[in-house]
Parts: sequence; C-alpha cells; structure tokens
Amino acid sequence: MLCQMCNKNQATVHYTKIINGKVEELHLCEDCAMNNSEFGFDTTFSFHKLLTDLIDNFQEGVPKKQVSNIECPFCGLNYSEFRKTGKFGCAQCYETFEPNLNPLFRGIHGHDEHTGKVPRRANAAVATKREIEKLKRKLDELVAKEAFEEAAKVRDRIKELEKKFNGNEE
Amino acid sequence: MVKWVEGTGLEEDVVVSTRIRIARNLTNYRFPQKMDIKEADKLTQEVLNVMKDLSDDVNYKFLKINSLTPVERVAYIEEHLISPGLLQKSDYSSFLLKDNENITIMINEEDHLRVQVLFPGLNFEEGWKLISKMDDFLESSLDYAYHDRYGYLTACPTNVGTGLRASAMVHIPSLTLTGHVDNLIRGFSKIGLTVRGLYGEGTEAIGDLYQISNQMTLGENEEEIIRKLKSVIYQIINRERDVRNNLLEKRKNEIEDKIFRSLGTLRYARKMSSKEAMKHLSNVRLGKEMGIINDVDYKKIANLMIEIQPASIQRYASKELTEEKRDIIRANYIREKI
Repeated sequence: MLCQMCNKNQATVHYTKIINGKVEELHLCEDCAMNNSEFGFDTTFSFHKLLTDLIDNFQEGVPKKQVSNIECPFCGLNYSEFRKTGKFGCAQCYETFEPNLNPLFRGIHGHDEHTGKVPRRANAAVATKREIEKLKRKLDELVAKEAFEEAAKVRDRIKELEKKFNGNEE
Repeated sequence: MVKWVEGTGLEEDVVVSTRIRIARNLTNYRFPQKMDIKEADKLTQEVLNVMKDLSDDVNYKFLKINSLTPVERVAYIEEHLISPGLLQKSDYSSFLLKDNENITIMINEEDHLRVQVLFPGLNFEEGWKLISKMDDFLESSLDYAYHDRYGYLTACPTNVGTGLRASAMVHIPSLTLTGHVDNLIRGFSKIGLTVRGLYGEGTEAIGDLYQISNQMTLGENEEEIIRKLKSVIYQIINRERDVRNNLLEKRKNEIEDKIFRSLGTLRYARKMSSKEAMKHLSNVRLGKEMGIINDVDYKKIANLMIEIQPASIQRYASKELTEEKRDIIRANYIREKI
C-alpha cells in the first residue's frame, strides 16, 4: 500500500482514529507520519524509549521505586529523565545508575563487559587483567591441542602476570 | 574534487569507501546535550591545545559550525566528512579536518569527541591503525572517561565499550535489481550488523549504495568487530560479482541498454534532479564494474556522486539556488565532467 500523503513511499504507519463512532483510517510512510502533527510520532523518541524499556524487561523482581529518584550528583540527570531520553548526561551517570545498567547493556549488546582497547594511561592493571584472560584462553586451546610444551610457557607467563596484577592491587 | 576520494583502495568494483569512527568523552565535563556554552568552549580549547602538539608536517583545518553558511555545513555532510549530528548544537560544535581529509575530529557532537577516518575502497586495516594512533595521541593528554567494566563511556548506551562504528559503503546494483538485498538486510540484523542509507542513520539508500556497519560496541574487541564486518563485506562482494556475471550472461541486452541510456542522459540532459543523477551515475558505475564502459573511472563517479548533491552544487555555484536553477546547473556540471 502506498502512503496516502505523498503517494510515493510504502505506507508503514497505519493509524485508526475513532471519534464518536466515526472511523477514520490513515496509512502513511514514516516520513509523512513524522511530519504529521496529529501523530506526535517521533522515531528517535520511540527508539530510546525502546532501549530504556529493556531495563525493566530484563530486571525482574527489582522494585523500580528504589532507583526512580536517583539523581546524578555531577550533571543533575535523574533516572526518569534518562529513561525518557535514553542518553547519559555525563561519565558520572554510569556510576549513578550502575545497578540498572547491566541488563540494559545485555539487551543492547548481548554483553555487559568491555574486552577491547584500554587507554594506556588509564590503568595498567586493567590491561594486565585482560592480558591474563587472553592467555588463559590460549592455554585452554593449547591444552586441547596437546601442545604441552608451549602451554607450559603460557602458564608461566600467566603466573608472572598474576603476581604483577596482585602486586598492583595491594 | 573531493580529496579523500583520491587515495587507492581495494575491491573498488563493489566497495566505494571505508569509514571508522570512535566516540570518546572526557571526565569533568558534562556530555554535550547537558553542557552549557562556557563548558563547550573550554572543552574545545582543551582539545585544540592538545592538537597543537601534533608534529608540524600534518596540517589540520579548524572549523566552527556557526562560522559556516548553512550550505557549507550540509556540503560537508554530503562529502561524508562530518555527521548530521554535528549540526544540532551549532554554537557548541566544531571540527578539525586533516588536509588530505582522511581524518576528522568532531568536537561536541553527541559525544565530546568523534574521530573518524575515511578511505576509498576497502581499507579497514589502515583505517584502524590510523584511528587508533590518533586515539593514543589524544589520550596521552586528555583525560578520557573510561570504566573498568564498561570501557569508553558514551552519551548513548548503544556506543559504550569500544565506541567503535566501522562501516563500508557498498555499491550493489545487481543485488538490488534482483531483490536479494532485502534478504541480506534481514540476515545482517541477525548477526549484529546494520544497513543504512547514504548519510547514515535514518537516511534512505540512493544510487544502490548501502552502508554496512557493526551494531554492537560492547563485548567484542575492536579487531574482532572489524574482522567480522570484513568477512561479511567479502561475502557481499562475491555475491554481487556472481549476480553481475549472471546478469551479463542472461540479460546482456537489457543491462547494456540501461547502462548506455544512463550514460547518454548524463552526457546530454539539460536539467536533472540529484535523485535522477544518482540513478544514472549508479548505472554508469555498474557499466564500469561490468567492463561495459571503459572511459569513465571510479574516482570520477565517486566524485560526481558527491558533487551533484544539493548543497555541494550550491557551494560550487557560490550562491543559494532554487531547485529548478540547481537542476540546470547540475546537468551542466555533469555534462562537463563526463
């Protein structure tokens, strides 16, 4: 079906209005629907709402009230505002709303832990920890391949790094 | 002439360009949506101070959005050098552009920093090397917002982690013509990739051009993200080539007719909308890709696909034009070039 307004694009938004028993149907493409004030149809908003709804859907049994009034001490963003816009106000927000973030991130990315690049300056310990995890995976592979000689080398390297890592922690 | 188009790239018969961008933020500043103008200026100054330390042989042009005319602003988007999001808070935003146009550093887009690299053809390796180096340079003096568990912190939760969006712009007229493209798009979303139109999020695909990019930024490292994307791009390249061969075998007259009609229209028309021009340029590009047309090269077509866009045409004419005037100047411009 083509859009009733522009007659060019495929209609993807279907809208039925019933006022006092009078039925009126509208079939529009996304562009025309966006420009139609009657709809109040805003895709960006809907998109972010969709994202933040993930939090509630993934978080079973946690009372919403607990967090709804939390406000970020640095930028002043509160949780309901975050839910509405789907955007953080500052880096601090990640600490402020942390209890709610893992399910949100898992919903979006399928994961809730970064495994990529680490800023050199930021934290040598994080880099070490990541290196250890990488080597452990390699160790498993080598053992599976029965490449024990090489595996022993990797194991020693892991021990070395773990010592360094724990030293940093203390 | 669009400078970044001039380099050399691989698989140019299908891949028009490769783009990688990273999103970075600084601690101690609110994100652009929340900040005030004073904060925005202070942050901009901090970034500029850092950039001064870059070695002398590399030149960057600094441009504030509010110092550009509306036509110039959009022309930079048409050239893919900045993103549409950079225009939203024009008093806050600016960008640094390297003289060969391979690197743009956008300041106060949705995030404090958006660094992008752009290459013709397929070139993820060089792209990642270059952007990571620039990232290291910026990080050595700027205090990045980074979290042990979540990685690089971004304004939108869809970018957190690596903050990385890698994409390739592919020209796939045969997959479009045969309807395979819809299946591809459906398949991509299942493996965490997105397909977008010419200018990114929410824009339509014209000229049989599609941008394919990673959707997820958290959980996989940068190399993995790029490797996965690259292997999918290669599948597309091979599929498109297969279908082209098939079309040449089975529908040669029809395809040749379409291509030469488009070339004729571009060479002789006196009035042309950008949409029509894109359609014909796409067909001529297909002619080159299939070896049917030999006297037009990829760079010329890539340039034209940018230069004939509405804002770029007005910038070329050095004045704002009505749509009708634009269509006339566009047709003249194309006739001269092709």
